[in-house]
Amino acid sequence: MTGKPKIALYWCSSCGGCEESVIDLAEDLLTVTAAVDIVFWPVALDFKYKDVVAMNDGEITATLINGAIRMGEQEHMAKMLRKKSRLVIAHGSCAHLGGVVGLANFYRREDLLSRLYQEVPTINNPQGILPQLETIESGRKVKLPDFHDTVKTLDQVVEVDYTIPGCPPTPELIKEAMMMVLEDRLPPRGSVLAEKKALCDTCPRRDSKPDKLRITEFKRVYETEWDPEKCFLAEGIICLGPATRGGCNARCINANMPCRGCFGPTDDVRDQGAKSSSFLASIIDVTDKEALKKIVDAIPDPGGLFYRYGLASSILKGKMTRGRS
Amino acid sequence: MSKRITIDPITRLEGHGKIEIFLDNHKDVERVYFQVPELRGFEKFCEGRAAEEMPTLTQKICGVCPTAHHTASSKALDALFGVEPPPAAKKLRELMYNAFMFEDHLLHFYFLGGPDFIVGPMAPRAQRNILGVIDKVGVEMGKKVIDIRKRVRGVNALVGGSALYPVCGLPGGVSKAMTEEERAQIQVVTKDAVEFAKLTLNIFDDVVLNHKGLAKWLTSDVFSLKTYYMGLVDDHDKVNFYDGKLRVVDPNGREFVKFEAKDYLEHLEERVEPWSYQKILYLKNVGWKGFIDGQDSGVFRVAPLARLNASEGMATPLAQAEYEKMFHALGGKPVHNTLAYHWARLIEVLYAAERMDELARDEELTSPHIRNLPHQTPREGVGVCEAPRGTLFHHYETDEKAIVEKLNLLVATQNNAAAICMSVEKAARAAIKGGDISNGKLNVVEMAFRAYDPCLACATHCLPGKKATDGPCL
Amino acid sequence: MKGFEPKIIGFLCNWCSYEGADAAGRARKAYPANLRVLRVMCSGRVDPQFILEAFKEGADGVMILGCHPGDCHYKEGNLQTLKRYYVLKRVLSTLGIEEDRLRLDWISAGEGDKFVQVVSEMTERMRQLGPLPR
Ligand code: SF4
Ligand code: SF4
Ligand code: SF4
Ligand code: FES
Repeated sequence: MTGKPKIALYWCSSCGGCEESVIDLAEDLLTVTAAVDIVFWPVALDFKYKDVVAMNDGEITATLINGAIRMGEQEHMAKMLRKKSRLVIAHGSCAHLGGVVGLANFYRREDLLSRLYQEVPTINNPQGILPQLETIESGRKVKLPDFHDTVKTLDQVVEVDYTIPGCPPTPELIKEAMMMVLEDRLPPRGSVLAEKKALCDTCPRRDSKPDKLRITEFKRVYETEWDPEKCFLAEGIICLGPATRGGCNARCINANMPCRGCFGPTDDVRDQGAKSSSFLASIIDVTDKEALKKIVDAIPDPGGLFYRYGLASSILKGKMTRGRS
Repeated sequence: MSKRITIDPITRLEGHGKIEIFLDNHKDVERVYFQVPELRGFEKFCEGRAAEEMPTLTQKICGVCPTAHHTASSKALDALFGVEPPPAAKKLRELMYNAFMFEDHLLHFYFLGGPDFIVGPMAPRAQRNILGVIDKVGVEMGKKVIDIRKRVRGVNALVGGSALYPVCGLPGGVSKAMTEEERAQIQVVTKDAVEFAKLTLNIFDDVVLNHKGLAKWLTSDVFSLKTYYMGLVDDHDKVNFYDGKLRVVDPNGREFVKFEAKDYLEHLEERVEPWSYQKILYLKNVGWKGFIDGQDSGVFRVAPLARLNASEGMATPLAQAEYEKMFHALGGKPVHNTLAYHWARLIEVLYAAERMDELARDEELTSPHIRNLPHQTPREGVGVCEAPRGTLFHHYETDEKAIVEKLNLLVATQNNAAAICMSVEKAARAAIKGGDISNGKLNVVEMAFRAYDPCLACATHCLPGKKATDGPCL
Repeated sequence: MKGFEPKIIGFLCNWCSYEGADAAGRARKAYPANLRVLRVMCSGRVDPQFILEAFKEGADGVMILGCHPGDCHYKEGNLQTLKRYYVLKRVLSTLGIEEDRLRLDWISAGEGDKFVQVVSEMTERMRQLGPLPR
């Protein structure tokens, strides 16, 4: 055994994009893998569950966990990896805020299952069969993990030491986080390892963002053309830059599309959707009730938009009626 | 009580998976369950969202094939709003798409599935990975792999905004035009990509075709299934990833049906088993007969080998030559051997590179006219493309304000679900005899699914099986 | 909903509405005991996060009461609130919280009667809607 720090990477309810971003470290990945021992990483290496079970508590220096927690098995793995690791780092929006998969909290578990297995137009399921947690066939017992009612963020299940934000985080941020661990120069525990300021502060279009925005109409991207140099809000297109943490290199803006908030809120904000609601309201330049209602009604799906990445971590965590059967 | 062997988690693939192998009294394989313990439910929680958000929302289904979801979704929006993108927009989309196919297929060959061949299936597990591959092919070559992937992903980022998650898709076009300067940059990359694809095929020749043991596996019955095949083809029945019609051939290679994406409901159907989270797709007009292959079973396959089987060739010259070489070497069309997926995948890498190169040379690519604004009230739209792992359908219904009311997604790996389970079990039966389960043997079982490069994040859930009374099966 | 007594949280601005409530109290006008009052300096200070917290902590309804337009001691605090209120109502409805569970109204220092009326209406409406499911 070498004396190198041990690193593990694991995915929960995730899309795999956070893992791809690690692979996108490209040549830097070779530098990192030379400096550490990767002891568990299902996407790329053949170590198995039992190898992790066999490790001592605290044996792993740092574990990066991406994905939200939806299945019983994921919760179990997160808890086990927590025990085996000195540091647990939430890797990406899903682990951090629930991410896009957290939008499932708008619906009840039953609604998801029945849509998927009983209602879609391709389905042929006359008996309305749903997957079962346990199936016994000729004495062979096969289990499926539990599908929880609610999507949770990683820090709702285990203690999280640090967070790398973004859907996915940029390779540079991942590398920097790894280097912080290796060089023992981590900021205070609990920090989000990215920019402290809002995206607007580093946006290439910020110079065209008026000091006082005055909006009398919100336009949707499909029905309008815009100036590819100007601030989206100045053009009447909703951009969540003012309510979003910077650090992504303004990826979407550079592709001429508005921000959707994947880096989550800045440190002083508890609820991303509430924050987005209030900044957006503040730039509407109308106070006549009828006109106001018309403008606001034209925002498509404000709940889904403002909580695009942060529903599971929001104050209400999702739809209030979710748990009711 | 039968003895059970568990492989958990299965590794070097995208998503969660687990294999349960049950042994009988002779310690031979009685039954295998290929399980994927995950489910997320995009089909429900995208309801209520704005249609224009679908390309960036649905691509979070899968971080390995986001560009595929983004593209199928953008095309579904074209159909939903009844608007054709201008030629430059289609070309930009297709360029981005081929760049993505190129790097994704290479990722599989060098990082995920390829180590089984390049390092060897029985190699110690700490070496069966990209690091072992680099040891074997040399650091220089390793760096080349990393370099070309990075540069081609740069092409993706240039068109789509982010190397991983493009954001450029709009109904009727894309959000950003390309400059002449950028096009010149890209041409350098695409040229190198073609060379790299050729080099990779040479490596495959060396380590697989010239290796007696592996070459034998390539034709072995252990990895063979006689199924239908489906893939997207152009007007000349050549493979196309971005657009065309769906063509299905039967297990003898004869055209069974050709249809447009919007008619998918007439041809494809899915089933549910109580012990399975994953839905299993099959050909509706053949019908579900269980986990069996052959002409009478609706089990079909998609993705590289299937696309080649379902087409009459490749639309670019170098890839066409390789296509002919493969079918010649493996005894003509269709090829049923699952491990030939690896070979077909590399032929597609070459096609993707050549196609990127063609597009990069096309002056129209930099036309500023990249969008047509829709004028039609939205209602319903279907979009399709060939993801690395097979055909992908997005189907949306909205209200007149373009808020999604219903959606249906048929994802690539789901098409292969039945076949993957059958392949895994077949491999397990052959590899495990009398309870001998050394590590290498279990990896042979894993090789059976890796050939498909399955994406279980997409497939969300799979635990196919069959009732005991149906005879030997998964 | 029998025997159900809704819990209502009211954010009252210091300068007008709180005074209005006081006026009602001094005049010994009865208003439903369902209201728990939180005094804020201006309705404009009511961060949407407070409203979500209130629902999370058990409120069945939330009221924001501020000065009439033109009377806000911080000039436009109440108008900012008005805009936020419209946006937030739409967000709340996607979260499964009926729009009527959030109410904004203007009450001046002298409008003790209006205060009583608004609180009574809100209480009645919450009785109809029943408890907010959690
Ligand atoms: S944060 Fe984004 S990239 Fe990472 S797992 Fe979640 S959806 Fe995928
Ligand atoms: S609102 Fe959007 S476009 Fe405008 S400066 Fe902020 S991030 Fe940039
Ligand atoms: S612009 Fe916004 S949505 Fe896009 S990557 Fe940056 S933080 Fe995420
Ligand atoms: S001070 Fe009363 S609302 Fe502003």
